[in-house]
Amino acid sequence: MALVLAPEVPLRDWLEDLDAVSERSPGFFTGRPIIADVSSLKPSKSELKFLLAAFKMRNIRIIGLEGAAPENVDADMPPQINGGKPTGEIDVPDAANAAVAATAAPFGDAPVPEKSLLIEGSVRSGQSILHPEGDVTVLGSVASGSEIVAGGSIHVYGSLRGRAIAGCTGNGRARIFCRKFEAELIAIDGLYKTADDLGGKFLGQPVQVNLDGDSIILKTMD
Amino acid sequence: MAKVLVVTSGKGGVGKTTSSAALGAALAHGGDKVVVIDFDVGLRNLDLVMGAERRVVFDLINVVQGDAKLNQALIRDKRLENLSLLPASQTRDKDALTEEGVARVLDELRQKFDWIICDSPAGIERGATMAMRHADVAVVVTNPEVSSVRDSDRIIGLLDSKTERAEKGERIEKHLLLTRYDPARAERGEMLKVEDVLEILSIPLIGIIPESEEVLRASNVGSPVTLNNPASAPGRAYFDAVRRLKGEAVELTVPTDKKGLFGKLFGRRAA
Repeated sequence: MALVLAPEVPLRDWLEDLDAVSERSPGFFTGRPIIADVSSLKPSKSELKFLLAAFKMRNIRIIGLEGAAPENVDADMPPQINGGKPTGEIDVPDAANAAVAATAAPFGDAPVPEKSLLIEGSVRSGQSILHPEGDVTVLGSVASGSEIVAGGSIHVYGSLRGRAIAGCTGNGRARIFCRKFEAELIAIDGLYKTADDLGGKFLGQPVQVNLDGDSIILKTMD
Repeated sequence: MAKVLVVTSGKGGVGKTTSSAALGAALAHGGDKVVVIDFDVGLRNLDLVMGAERRVVFDLINVVQGDAKLNQALIRDKRLENLSLLPASQTRDKDALTEEGVARVLDELRQKFDWIICDSPAGIERGATMAMRHADVAVVVTNPEVSSVRDSDRIIGLLDSKTERAEKGERIEKHLLLTRYDPARAERGEMLKVEDVLEILSIPLIGIIPESEEVLRASNVGSPVTLNNPASAPGRAYFDAVRRLKGEAVELTVPTDKKGLFGKLFGRRAA
């Protein structure tokens, strides 16, 4: 599976949409193999160079080009790829769904997309990190009014003050870890508890959360 | 017959959320069934002011988009059992509010409550127009300063043109709530006078809420000022406003600077 980005005219607006996606879910493109489909853009050589530079600037790794005229593709550009089969949309949080569509493209030895998402900073109020493929690790804090939705476990090395929703794809073995527990809501595999249900017992403690059958278990980590 | 009341202003920071919570709590205190809805999607605050931020699971957007039932999202106040809150989402934006979804939610709420109070976001864009769209009554929150008055004037214009009632050719009841009124500054002429504001906006005044530390204290402990300290000056002013809202004739006095001659003589500390 690779993700296909199909730039559209006007390119400036399209790049703005792309940036909106990155801003909404930081790390969405990190480590994913991306194919650029330029068939609707029909870029000249210089336009293609500009586009690739724009991707590079945004740390988006292009592993192949689709629909570019062969004479415009230099040796130092990603290889031409054809014959991908669409597999439907990938769920991108809001905005610019149109800009991104997932397709399966046969690619030789491209690296497998990373299963875990690392966020080096903090997650601010209002941000929503959606990563159904695996774990999410946050080195900073998760602010009140933000949420992390992960298919796997959630690790927060700062304070967890927002919502942590782990195992969202039906994974009951997922866990939530944080160094300082002040969460508004925690959920694993659809079972949830709000801050109000949890009382003050674990407030400010390093905590791990897991599921035991149908109940959410919190333990301090000492 | 349920009434939909929108609390709106145009300008930010004038006290819409504080007033929504205070009016809601005062109405519920009088025995009416009240729900307060936070329309400020993306910058929700009403849950904080009402002390329910630790109980939010589903929100208005979930209900509007059909991901959750209304009953799952409504949070019942712990102090007043006939007061409920429908919180906004913090992680979405106002585009997630759909015309049909909001109408459906309000229709469902009309079956259950006597008063539906919509706390409008600042501005005149989508969020604010969504909040006022289905209103029967509007409370326009204004501070006695020129920019706030001008923005309120603009909002009154929108209330008369962009709401469902206006489009059907009916009138929407409009009331002015003057907040953050500082008698001392008004007397020094640093603030617009009440009569000046009324002359510009020409809608009936339902209350003057004095500027008070009590209001800030109440929002910091997550309790509407009418619950936290009903006997305080702002608390009493909100209770009177609610009585006027329900059609009672209550005499309105403009707060004055209480310092008499004695206070003026001894009000300053010896240097």
